[in-house]
Order: sequence, then structure tokens, then C-alpha cells
Amino acid sequence: MPPSVPAEHAGRAGTGRPLRPPVPLDPRRDPQTGRAPAHRARPTPPRWHRLEAKLSPYAYISPFFLLFAAFGLFPLAYTAWVSLHDWNLLKSEHAFVGMGNFQELLADGYFWNAAVNTLSIGVLSTVPQLLFALWLAHLLNRPLRYQTLFRVTLLLPNVTSVVAVVVIFSQLFGREFGMINAVLTAFGFDRIDWQAGTATSHAALATMIMWRWTGYNALIYLAAMQAVPRELYEAATIDGASAFRQFRGITVPMIKPTIVFTVIVSTIGSMQIIAEPMLFGAQVSAAAMPTGGADRQFQTLGLFLYEKGFRNFEFGYASAAAWVMFLLVVLVVGLNYMLIRRMRGGLA
Amino acid sequence: MSARARAGAVRRNPLTYLTLLAIAFFSAFPIYWSVVVASHDNAAMAELPPPLLPGGNLFANIARVFDTAPFALALVNSVVVAGAITVSVMLFSTLAGFAFAKLRFRGRSALLMITVGTMMVPAQLGIIPLYLLMIKLQWNGTIAAVIVPSLVSAFGVFFMTQFLSRALPSELLEAGRVDGASTIRLFWHVVLPVARPAAAVLGMLTFMTAWNDYFWPLVVLTPDDPTVQVALSSLASGYVQDFTLALAGTAVATLPLVTVFVLLGRQIIGGIMQGAVKG
Repeated sequence: MPPSVPAEHAGRAGTGRPLRPPVPLDPRRDPQTGRAPAHRARPTPPRWHRLEAKLSPYAYISPFFLLFAAFGLFPLAYTAWVSLHDWNLLKSEHAFVGMGNFQELLADGYFWNAAVNTLSIGVLSTVPQLLFALWLAHLLNRPLRYQTLFRVTLLLPNVTSVVAVVVIFSQLFGREFGMINAVLTAFGFDRIDWQAGTATSHAALATMIMWRWTGYNALIYLAAMQAVPRELYEAATIDGASAFRQFRGITVPMIKPTIVFTVIVSTIGSMQIIAEPMLFGAQVSAAAMPTGGADRQFQTLGLFLYEKGFRNFEFGYASAAAWVMFLLVVLVVGLNYMLIRRMRGGLA
Repeated sequence: MSARARAGAVRRNPLTYLTLLAIAFFSAFPIYWSVVVASHDNAAMAELPPPLLPGGNLFANIARVFDTAPFALALVNSVVVAGAITVSVMLFSTLAGFAFAKLRFRGRSALLMITVGTMMVPAQLGIIPLYLLMIKLQWNGTIAAVIVPSLVSAFGVFFMTQFLSRALPSELLEAGRVDGASTIRLFWHVVLPVARPAAAVLGMLTFMTAWNDYFWPLVVLTPDDPTVQVALSSLASGYVQDFTLALAGTAVATLPLVTVFVLLGRQIIGGIMQGAVKG
């Protein structure tokens, strides 16, 4: 955080008092509650003032809620309505079909293929990523020189756009002239056609996602680790606990809320992976080809939705897919949450 | 292990530095590599082993980028889109954050919970009705369709609420009230100056996100009036694999942001870490 308010604010005309720089931590800790008496005790202000004080909070939050209702909430509800219809963008009639789209969807092999691919890519990218980020944060959480330089470099991939990441990695994973295959052949291995196989394409996509997000999660863990009281480590060191034992016994339990947070956010993110597989297959897929590889070997749920909605314009069917996808997200996030809460729960 | 740990204060472990250097290398290498590819011609990239140093073809390739795709228009569009979204998110998030952090009103905690809860809803769920809405409003194909749905951000509101409840001294507000200042005056003269550093970080994060956004602009825009990311993707998905062209486009789309990030990285990282602690 920049240390103080910029100079031009120090004596802003009209306020009559110099403004203070933001204090880093409010010592009273709980500013919301218990302040009511002070509020009442002040000299009676004009009536419109009291009205203003009463209504202005709603005025301040209304831009957010109005825009969110129009472009966030309304589409959610409308998805449910559309999903009950045979709704093709190119036709003017939208016949009501009830649960027909959902029945068709659950019998659609491509849908389940996409679900399995999403889970596979999600697990491959998230689990190693978060473990690695945890270890990386542990490495950074000690007195180091060039601390800022390391942090900036680690976050660099996160500044790069998804499109750029896939373009760069498509070159690296290229079959003919790719860097990775060049290294493989230099060591005497065979070239790998990364896009063609299910496992290899999932690995390549997971690599891209990991590259983009590991540093970000490491910094979030680092922030949490820096809030762990030093005395805990000092006491453990006196007791002769090894660095690894301190990591498992102190660091991990102490930052568990943050770990739960990152697991949930990463899970939601990984269930929505779409741009990576869409662009990874882009060079070979003409408009008539399926998305996510010639055999849909890396088509994710998001990409399935895109193909149904914006290639075939079957909006009703795609909306049904969106809802089932949402239920799957809730299910997977819920399972993950219970799992992570239970892990090493006794230590926390 | 424990012997080293006992040293406590300053542990300069060469192994830690080496590991971190290796990881930093893998973080930075793909970006460096994109510049290498972008500065050669396709013939050079087909050689084995491939060249590892930048060549002299960068500007020729960038010129080809601007000839092949409407990149100039795309850059203007992206600046307008990201700029408008950033200003709006900063303003509305600070307003709502102030209300949630420091004002008392009925339904405050419930509304804050809803705000946080919306961050958990996958954006793809509403994308089809959103598209239908844009057709109805006749905004599809225009950048208004990209700007308007992103004008507010639940994350931004949450971020500013977190910051202001910590950094804004309540007695400053009380003093203003005793002096008879209206809430909106308090906002302009007390809250805004204090909120500035956090709002700046939020602005940088928002700009980055908006600049890099891909899926929704792809759906709602056309290839001849795109944002940078959409233009880049159509550049990269031609029928012939032209990696030097694609990566020169990547450099044009990415390097401005990377440069800003390297210059302001300390503040951005501070913001991300600060927002994370309470999360």
C-alpha cells in the first residue's frame, strides 16, 4: 500500500481540517457496532439531513445492485426459462418442451464426455498447482533479497491474457516446430502430438492453466503466512521441530481458511475452463469441426455450451446445459469444501 | 534442517535462491520466448535447434499484424472498454464499499452476503440470456455490449468494503457529522482521499481483467470490430499456422500491460495480498 494520501489532498480547501493518511489498522477493530449512542448524541441536524443519512446508503449501493440485477440476476433466471423451450435463435417460434432438453442432455454422450474432460483437466491443473503454490509461498516466506523482484516475476504469467498464453503454449507444444518437442528429440525421445491424445492434450492444457495461476495463488498463501505469529515457530524450533514439521504442524493449519478459499475459487474456475481448449484446437478446427479437438478429446463443459449455443444456436439446449453445469459446480465445490475441511482438522 | 532453522533471523540458503531462480525462469521464459518467435521469420523457427535469441524481424512481423487484422481499431476498442469499465468499477465500488463498511442501514449484512455470494456464481450460466438481451437492446456487435455488463463488480465492492472498514477512521466520519456535513460531502472530502490507494489497486486489477477478457467479447463482437484479445485469437486461428505472426500479435496485445505491471508491480501485488488476507 502506498504510504500516504497524495500531497494535493493534505489541505483540501473547504474541509477545514487536514486529512489524515489512512491508518493501517484500526485499533478498535469493530467500527460497525456499538457506536449508536454517539450518533444520537450529536446536536439535532436539519430534518433533510437525517433523511439523507437514512437513505444515502441505499443510494450508494444501488448502482451496483441495479446493474447487477439487470445483467447478472435477470440472465440467470431467464436461463431457466429458455432451457424449457426448443429455442433456436434462427427460428421465431420457441416451442415449450418442459424438461425435454434436460432429458436429451442427460442422454447425450458428448455432454458426459465434456463433463469427464472438465473434471480431468480441473484435477490435473488444480491439485498440483495449489500444492506447488503452497510450497512456493513457504520458500518466499523468509528473509530474502530481491523479494519484490521474485514476486513480480511470479505474477507475470497472470498479467498475460488467456489468448496470449494459449498462443504461446501452442507454439511450445507444437508438433513440428515446438520447443518442447525439440527438447524431447534432443534427449532422444520421440515427438509427441500433444493435441491428438486425450491424456497429452489434458496435460498441455493443465500446464497452461498452472503456469498462469500458480504465482497468483502463491502470493495469496504468502499473505496468509505472513500473518502467522512468529512466536509459534520460535517455540516449535526450541522444541526441535524440523522445518517440514513446522510447515505441516503450524503453517498449514494456521492458513487453512485461505486454503479453503483458494480451493473453492480454483474449483469454480476450473469448472469453467473454456478459452484454453477453444484456442488450443483453433488452428485445426474449421467452423464445421467440433470444438475441443477432432474427437472432442479436450472439449470442456464450457466449450460444449459454446458449441451448442453459439455454433448451432440451440439456445434452449445450451441453457439446459448451463443449468446442469451449474449444479455440477455446486456439487463439486461442496464435495471439495467438505473434503478440505476434514483434512487435518484436528490440528487447527 | 533444524540446525538451519535455529539460526532464525537471516537464513541465506543458496538452495532457496536457486529454486526460486529456476521457478522465476519458468515464469518468465514463455513471455521471453514469445518475443523470440515474434522477431524471427517462419523459416528460422522451423530450424532445429530453434533460435534462442531475438532476431531482427520484430517490426516487420508487427507490421504484418496490422495488415492482417484490424489491430489498430482493436487497440482503440480495448482502451475504451477497459478504461470505461475501470472508472465505473472504481467509483461504484468505493461508493458501495463506503456504505457497507461505515454506514448503518437495514439489510446491510444480508446485502453484503448476497454481494459476496454472487462472486461464486459461474459467469457462463447467464451468457445465453445476456446475449438475447443484447440482441433486444441492439447492442450486439458494439462495444457497449462488452462495457455495460461489467460496469460493476462484486469483487470490487467486497475489496473496497474490506479496505475501508480497516483504513477509514470512524471518528473522522463522526467529526464530519457533528460539523453537519451531509453523507455525500463526507464521501467526497473524507472517504475518497482515504480510499485512493486501494481504489488505484482495484483500478489496475480491473483494467487488467477487462483488457484480457476474451470469452464474452468473442461471443458478442464481430471480427471486423473486435477487442485486442478477439483480434489476436482470429489472428492465431488462421488456416495456416503462422506462429511468427501470431506471436507478434501477442506481443502487441501483451507487452503494454506487462510493462505497466513491471513498473507498478509492487503496488498491484500489495493489493492482491491485502485483499487476500481477509478472504
